[in-house]
Amino acid sequence: MTAPFRQQDLEDSALVDTRLTVPGMRCAGCIAKIERGLAEIEGIDAARVNFSAKRVAVRHSQGLDQGDLVEALRHLGFEAQALAENPLGSDDKESRALLRALAVAGFGMMNIMLLSVSVWSGAGGVTRDLFHWLSAIIALPVVAYSGRPFFASAWMALRYGRTNMDVPISIGVLLATGLSVYETFAGDGHAYFDSAVMLLFFLLAGRALDATMRTKTRAGIGALLSKMGKSARVLGPDGGTSEVKAEDLQPGTIMLVASGDALAADGVIEKGRGSLDNSMLTGESDPASVEAGSVVHAGAIALSGPMEVRVTAASSDTVIAEIARLMDEAGQSRSRYTRIADRASRLYAPAVHSLALLAFLGWMLAGAGWYQSLVIAIAVLIITCPCAMGLAVPAAQVVTSGALIKRGLLVKDGSALERLAEVDIAIFDKTGTLTLGEPQADLSLLGEKQRQVALALAQTSRHPLSRSLADALKSEGTRPAQVEDIAEGEGQGLAGVSQGVPVSLGRPEEETTGMASLLRIGPEETIITFADGLRADAKEALARLSQQGIASRILSGDRQGAVETVAKALDVPATAEAKPQDKLALLEELRSEGRKVLMVGDGINDGPALAAAHASIAPGSASDVSQQAADAVFTGKALMPVALAISHARRCMAIVRQNFGLAVVYNICAVPLALAGVVTPLIAAIAMSGSSLIVVGNSLRLAKVKK
Amino acid sequence: MSGLLVLIPIALGLGLLGLAMFFWAMRDGQFEDLDGAAQRILIDDEDEEG
Repeated sequence: MTAPFRQQDLEDSALVDTRLTVPGMRCAGCIAKIERGLAEIEGIDAARVNFSAKRVAVRHSQGLDQGDLVEALRHLGFEAQALAENPLGSDDKESRALLRALAVAGFGMMNIMLLSVSVWSGAGGVTRDLFHWLSAIIALPVVAYSGRPFFASAWMALRYGRTNMDVPISIGVLLATGLSVYETFAGDGHAYFDSAVMLLFFLLAGRALDATMRTKTRAGIGALLSKMGKSARVLGPDGGTSEVKAEDLQPGTIMLVASGDALAADGVIEKGRGSLDNSMLTGESDPASVEAGSVVHAGAIALSGPMEVRVTAASSDTVIAEIARLMDEAGQSRSRYTRIADRASRLYAPAVHSLALLAFLGWMLAGAGWYQSLVIAIAVLIITCPCAMGLAVPAAQVVTSGALIKRGLLVKDGSALERLAEVDIAIFDKTGTLTLGEPQADLSLLGEKQRQVALALAQTSRHPLSRSLADALKSEGTRPAQVEDIAEGEGQGLAGVSQGVPVSLGRPEEETTGMASLLRIGPEETIITFADGLRADAKEALARLSQQGIASRILSGDRQGAVETVAKALDVPATAEAKPQDKLALLEELRSEGRKVLMVGDGINDGPALAAAHASIAPGSASDVSQQAADAVFTGKALMPVALAISHARRCMAIVRQNFGLAVVYNICAVPLALAGVVTPLIAAIAMSGSSLIVVGNSLRLAKVKK
Repeated sequence: MSGLLVLIPIALGLGLLGLAMFFWAMRDGQFEDLDGAAQRILIDDEDEEG
């Protein structure tokens, strides 16, 4: 029995695990296709999809590397990137700890309730004492375990001389538990174990919801990250090449840049010529031609090559790093934003404390004795403890973000939703935001035969234009023609033979204004032009925004002409040729006018503006920098999620305000009873769970997605 | 009263069992991919072991 196990272990040790992110998986079919397709490949032992995180974990032999896996997934029809490690693991830990605390509190609550109900319904004498003892035995460890998140936070606040929502919660829970233990020993009166544990349960439910929402959307955003050049192929002194991480690059090193690569560092071209897509860096949509001696910047993507680039500045000295510094400074103002729950608790916590204290003093003065006064003060604390308030905000926000995820928008956290609801002007970047940011082939000039040949040639290449052409043709239902001997000459395009006729797809000989490819079939030549088209629903999305009272304008780093075309098509004012600093300055100006700006942009050059704006959204195709700076990320080809984000956020805040209103009404009804000293543990328990359920129910109304 | 002495430990034991199973499920990663679990039911013939 043991021998085969050892054998298995040995084999396993020769396998390695690679995790890849596959943002494109949408359905059960995708899961099956990926898992089966990969498992069929030689050297792959098993593949397991995590659909929520849009990831695939592949167990494979060391003979395969990440590139092979990415290529294999591309053949299955999915874009994929290898993942280094989980940068967001800590969030996950937090929500797990909260879930555990919630489970323990739920266990305690149910069992203590079981015992309490018996006491309320008339169990007396020895039985009642026994039940109180049992409740104490359950409640003490449960409070100690599940209360930690609140105790820790309250202690932190008190140490710095502040107070937050967790202070009255902690005091209420600890006092109620302490008093109940005293009563259990004394063997008479009421025990409040059920109230204390139930309070913890409902509050933990709110916290756990909040944390789950963050983990879920961050996993989604994590799946989109890491598209940029994080490493470079470097030419060694002996003529060999090796892969070097971006942060380890040294000035003077020679990088090899092939078409499709993103530059990992700033540099000067030593050898070769080609064209670069600078749109992420500057917003310019037209590719720039570069040749030996040209200066190039990290973040640019090579459209053609190959080139040899001598690194002049690496990692922290690059233009990208400069923009990142600008972004850090710009983000300061947003961190000063206080969330609505904190604003509420700033008013609420002192009021609760003073009310409980007044109740205690009042009953003392009335001659009730310290014990009875204390019981009433605790009842006031428990009744006013913000169960419903703790759930009011997270419940509504979780439901909203869930509805938005279904529409292709990932909101990073609750504060983002609150800020999105407040914006009154929207500023759009052009390239990659209003437009798709990738070249779209114009197929109208191509005949059937030309399409088939073009597809046969284009699908063998990794050049961005070829890929885009192949995708466009495939989506039109074109089937590739028979083409033999396809060869890709570096910088010369693709050539092959179809039915005895030489065919080729490559760069046009004369310089054209935009991006174009030349298709040759025998002597016949056709130019295929590419343009970066507007998102199909851009106009409707902007109209929807203006319906909601939000004016839009374009702020782009691209040339005047290109920006004007788009501005005219969408009928919005535009500013062109704006540098990152200019974008920041405009935002600052709008802010000083008291406007709350929504910034929508994708490029690295938009990063500072995204960080500085009141709220910001980036498309899923955006640079890492922008996605990290933005409050929300939308995926897919539509722009409508941006408009939906605003309307959903506003609806969410309306519900949050309703929830607060309900909580206040509940307090107005319950507090006089508590002050009058007529609140028994039973009334406290019913009032508390009732108000929490009403708040949750009200929030669930948000799940009905309006078209 | 004697009935309670039997029933209460049973009730508590079942509760604890549920709690222990929840902890196990969480450690085992059962909640890692809830959306995926919902989708997988639609895959026709999942012949490989789970």
